[in-house]
Amino acid sequence: MKKLHFIEVEGNTKGFFAFLSLFGLISLIGILAAYYMEHNGHWVTGMNNQVIWGTPHVFAIFLIVAASGALNVASISSVFSKTAYKPLARLSGMLSIALLSGGLVVLLLDLGRPDRLIVAMTEFNFVSIFTWNIFLYTGFMGIVGVYLWTMMDRPYNNLTKKAGLTAFIWRLILTTGTGSIFGFLISREAYDSALLAPMFIIMSFSFGLAFFLLVLMGSYKYTQRELGDYIVNRLKNLLGVFVAAVLYFAIVYHVTNLYSAEHRDVTLFVLSGGGIYTFLFWVVQIFMGSLLPLFLLYSPSTQNRKMYSLASVLIILGGLAQLYVIIIGGQAYPMELFPGMEVSSSFYDGVVASYAPSLPEFLLGIGGIGVTLLIVTIAIAALKFLPISLADEIANPHSK
Amino acid sequence: MTNNFDEKLSESQDSEQAVESSRRNFIFGSVAAAGLTVAPGMMLYQTANARSLSDFSLNEKASSQVRWGMLVDTTKQVDWNKCVDACNKEHGLNNETHSRDDQKTQYIRVVDVKNKTTGYSMSLPVMCQHCESAPCVDVCPTGASMKRADGIVLVDRHRCIGCRYCMMACPYKARSFVHEVLTDQTENTPRGKGCVESCNMCVTRIDNGQLPACVEASEGAIIFGDLNDPQSDISQLLAKHGGKQIRADLKLNPGVHYQGI
Repeated sequence: MKKLHFIEVEGNTKGFFAFLSLFGLISLIGILAAYYMEHNGHWVTGMNNQVIWGTPHVFAIFLIVAASGALNVASISSVFSKTAYKPLARLSGMLSIALLSGGLVVLLLDLGRPDRLIVAMTEFNFVSIFTWNIFLYTGFMGIVGVYLWTMMDRPYNNLTKKAGLTAFIWRLILTTGTGSIFGFLISREAYDSALLAPMFIIMSFSFGLAFFLLVLMGSYKYTQRELGDYIVNRLKNLLGVFVAAVLYFAIVYHVTNLYSAEHRDVTLFVLSGGGIYTFLFWVVQIFMGSLLPLFLLYSPSTQNRKMYSLASVLIILGGLAQLYVIIIGGQAYPMELFPGMEVSSSFYDGVVASYAPSLPEFLLGIGGIGVTLLIVTIAIAALKFLPISLADEIANPHSK
Repeated sequence: MTNNFDEKLSESQDSEQAVESSRRNFIFGSVAAAGLTVAPGMMLYQTANARSLSDFSLNEKASSQVRWGMLVDTTKQVDWNKCVDACNKEHGLNNETHSRDDQKTQYIRVVDVKNKTTGYSMSLPVMCQHCESAPCVDVCPTGASMKRADGIVLVDRHRCIGCRYCMMACPYKARSFVHEVLTDQTENTPRGKGCVESCNMCVTRIDNGQLPACVEASEGAIIFGDLNDPQSDISQLLAKHGGKQIRADLKLNPGVHYQGI
């Protein structure tokens, strides 16, 4: 393995400014959409008193979950000492901070009172998993920041393994915390499962790596740097394993729920009678987001980077669909006030709640992705995150 | 406007006796007057040892000796919509101009329940159940969703950041989110865009020695009182006839009990 050289992306080029403008514009549109919703109130959204968390939460939780997963590559390098991943560790750490930032921006801007952020930062209820998440998210940024520092500042390289281990443990707790936001809700049949926390961890592996692979291939393509097949093939093979693992968890989650009479109705709602949620589950999450990517990643007939990119995009869409079904489908299904009885009221008891995402909600969510990519674009031009070449003779530790 | 609860929190117990005495007399008078106007089943009189609403005043902190609760008798032929109307009037609800029906606030609603097998049906009013182990209080990141020492669960609207996690957590769907700018609010119920709200058991009325609005409108079908006091009407009725809590299986120990469900 030859010596690695990291260098900033040239910032004074048309291509760089084009990406900067594009991601800046997407971010700006997202922020304007949030302003529109905050100025008018949430009546301009599809959200209501039944579907309380809407499309922005789907994007926010997706990005937060993916953030933790994007750190995987760095963890494999530092914690599990796989030298093949070492060249990618810096990008992995930086991308995880960028994804978390994008997710938190969306989460924050969808609050009823985002102007009271200072209250959330100063008044704590330590019984609440939300409060713990505030510390887990800010702590994650700090720890990964230190981790990046130990990687990028040569005198501190000897601390990288310790910092990497800390970040690895922290990210597992962080995703457990994010999954537990739902797992702790005893009142809603769809969420009442201890499986949610580990399932969120494996989802993070898959969504984070899909995002990472796209950013890696994209940034190397548009900066005309060499990216060898060795590293791409390792990553896409690993991605396939994660996709299969998410599929496994999804099957276990639904099959175990089908087995218990208490959760059978809500599971059948998702699997067969839930309209848009059933469609999203089978078509987008299972077929487009799991089976098709597995085919694209492993079939001998589709072994090229376009197909890997397509697979990654599909995994991200499938992930968004999966979270949409969990978050919004779980709320749309009526809560059991009197189990086994038929109930009705002026407050929509006993009926499937209606929810149609509004444009501003969607734009705010996309804005979060814009913020993430804007941070990545600025970061790779400002600091030495990307190796100048990841050609096989450099990236492959076994090459002579 | 600072609500009375905020005042209660901040005021010390050693307030001027004279003021308290006159206020107590006034409150007692108010309660007596209210008692005369409500249905006979209300039975506001108390035994010599029992604590009554008139024993509490604005100058005292909420006491953990007390647990306010309600007992709803669903077997009585009452138009529960009168309770809904009284609640809406008391708290100035139903004044949204933009919100869709599924976005409008409801503190109390009438739920129709039907047993699919037997065909038996009934109606009952459902509001915040003022749980002892309130999930909304547990999940609130800022402590805005809170339980007073006397068991009343309410939202501090100065602290609520509008995350809506409490709404996700409540098994009774008792909470609403304010989806728009509101005007013409009532003095005792400040309501603001972007905050979560719910039945607060008419806390300001209780602190003023009055009954909650829905209780007053229920023609005796809802009994209000101190669950911790074995001599109170509510405790005696529960001891004699029993009562059920909605979703008792969740073991949240709500302060609202029902008969006939």
